[in-house]
Amino acid sequence: MMKADLTAPGASTASEVAAKQKGKLAFATAAITPALDKVKANNTPSSEMAFDVDRLSGWFGNHQALFDLDLKIQAKAVTAIIGPSGCGKSTFLRCLNRMHELVRGARLDGLILLFGEDVYALHIDPTLVRRRVGMVFQKSNPFPTMTIGENVTVGLRLNGVRSRSVLNEHMEKALRMAALWDEVKDHLDRPGTSLSGGQQQRLCIARALAVQPEVLLMDEPASALDPIATMKIEELIQVLKRDYTIVIVTHNMQQAARCSDYTAFLYMGRLIEFDKTEKIFTNPSNKQTEDYVTGRFG
Amino acid sequence: MTVTTSSTYHTWRKAKSLLMSGVSFACALLVVAPLGLVLFYLIKAGAGSLDWRFFTHLPKPVGEVGGGMANAIVGTITLLGLASFIGVPVGILGGIYLSEYGTEEMNWWIRFGADILNGVPSIVWGIVAYTLVVIPMKGFSAYAGGAALGFMMIPLIMRTTEEVLLLVPNGYREASLALGISRWRMIIQIVSKTALKGIVTGVLLALARVAGETAPLLFTAFGNRFWTHNLKDPIAALPLQIFTYAISPYDDWHRQAWAGALVLLLITSGINISVRALTRGKASGI
Repeated sequence: MMKADLTAPGASTASEVAAKQKGKLAFATAAITPALDKVKANNTPSSEMAFDVDRLSGWFGNHQALFDLDLKIQAKAVTAIIGPSGCGKSTFLRCLNRMHELVRGARLDGLILLFGEDVYALHIDPTLVRRRVGMVFQKSNPFPTMTIGENVTVGLRLNGVRSRSVLNEHMEKALRMAALWDEVKDHLDRPGTSLSGGQQQRLCIARALAVQPEVLLMDEPASALDPIATMKIEELIQVLKRDYTIVIVTHNMQQAARCSDYTAFLYMGRLIEFDKTEKIFTNPSNKQTEDYVTGRFG
Repeated sequence: MTVTTSSTYHTWRKAKSLLMSGVSFACALLVVAPLGLVLFYLIKAGAGSLDWRFFTHLPKPVGEVGGGMANAIVGTITLLGLASFIGVPVGILGGIYLSEYGTEEMNWWIRFGADILNGVPSIVWGIVAYTLVVIPMKGFSAYAGGAALGFMMIPLIMRTTEEVLLLVPNGYREASLALGISRWRMIIQIVSKTALKGIVTGVLLALARVAGETAPLLFTAFGNRFWTHNLKDPIAALPLQIFTYAISPYDDWHRQAWAGALVLLLITSGINISVRALTRGKASGI
């Protein structure tokens, strides 16, 4: 039903939608032009695309954080965004589920299609986008007033799901998917904050999964965790990619190499290179990428 | 200047340090001493007149010994209840606006206004309530007294609510929104709930603050020697009753004024103690 709300009929490629929007007073105007020449068809195989990002630029006030990003994110695969601190990784991620606009003075320009539907179209409610595109943050943040169980079901409950049995069913499913069920099933009514750091992060993943999104954005999900907890999160990512599209921001290159299928390298707000992960890490075509992944800067 | 290392310098420095510590200790004592003295004198003068009748009986007519302040105690509680009807919703919603919605310039003006209102002499609030409630209703009433106290509570509650809401880490707001939860639900169910203890504390402190106010009630609630059966009628309040009894020429009334003051002090310190109890268990971070 959410899908139906989002559908812009017949608009399936970035350039088509861009062409449609050209005449309208759509979101931040200026540079939306059909960009056929810019579509990087060679980067990605032909299977389904979750995101089609076209000429995305982002600002915080007068400071431009992203410059003309073009990339396609494949569905049911893991795409890693790497780059030094401040290169715009998180900003890019937050553009994908319309969290960027929550920052005062932030704006963007360009086009983002989620399975062919314009995420920033005027009639689209950002809360509906965010239900389809879940997010896990760097710092685990289970709600302190809620139990473990309540934390998982909060997204459903606050969106109007009342039935106990439905909630319990989704809670167990989400906790199992987040590989946390066996550890917490006997004390679901303890506070969410009573768990260890790694468990809290998996609880946050379960919370995001419970609303059944199509995409899961992860903003440095393991950077505050110890190696064992990090390993668990990475294993989890491998399992989750069977059902979900995952975009993970990380400044840990080994992590990107280990768990992603595609890697995008961002530097100073620009997309330097985007390719299959093994190519980026073994035979990058750009000198800057090579310097970065070999640890010569950043 | 070179650094002196002689032992006389050292001794002199130690003596200075000792002297200054002594002075600051004396100042601290000076702050606490009046509280102790007031409490001691109140108990000494008031406890003797505190008995069961004080809490259950109406004041006796002039000349008759005995009677109590039951109506004033109930009156004060009634006034606090009425004041909460105005002060709590407006104050809390205003605080939510400041913390969650307002723009920077707007907030600056609202905070500025609230801080000035917090410093307005309480008798002025009485005049405001007199103009807005007493004159249109053509008479002193419990409503007017409650309004005067309620107006006073608004800026107090607004500022404390804003402060505790701002203490809620932004990560919780972002996490809620990222789940596709709408903003107002996020504010009510996540942010306010996380800060609930702090908000309740702010409300209680505001209640304790206005419970002892006399000036705003002088020409609003007005006082009453009998039970008030209709909120449109004047109503008794402890501070008013204490004021009336204290300036009277009768010894028996003086004793009752002391007892009343003791009860008022017990009520406000009771509220303050429950605030302490509330804020002690800071388990949830707020």
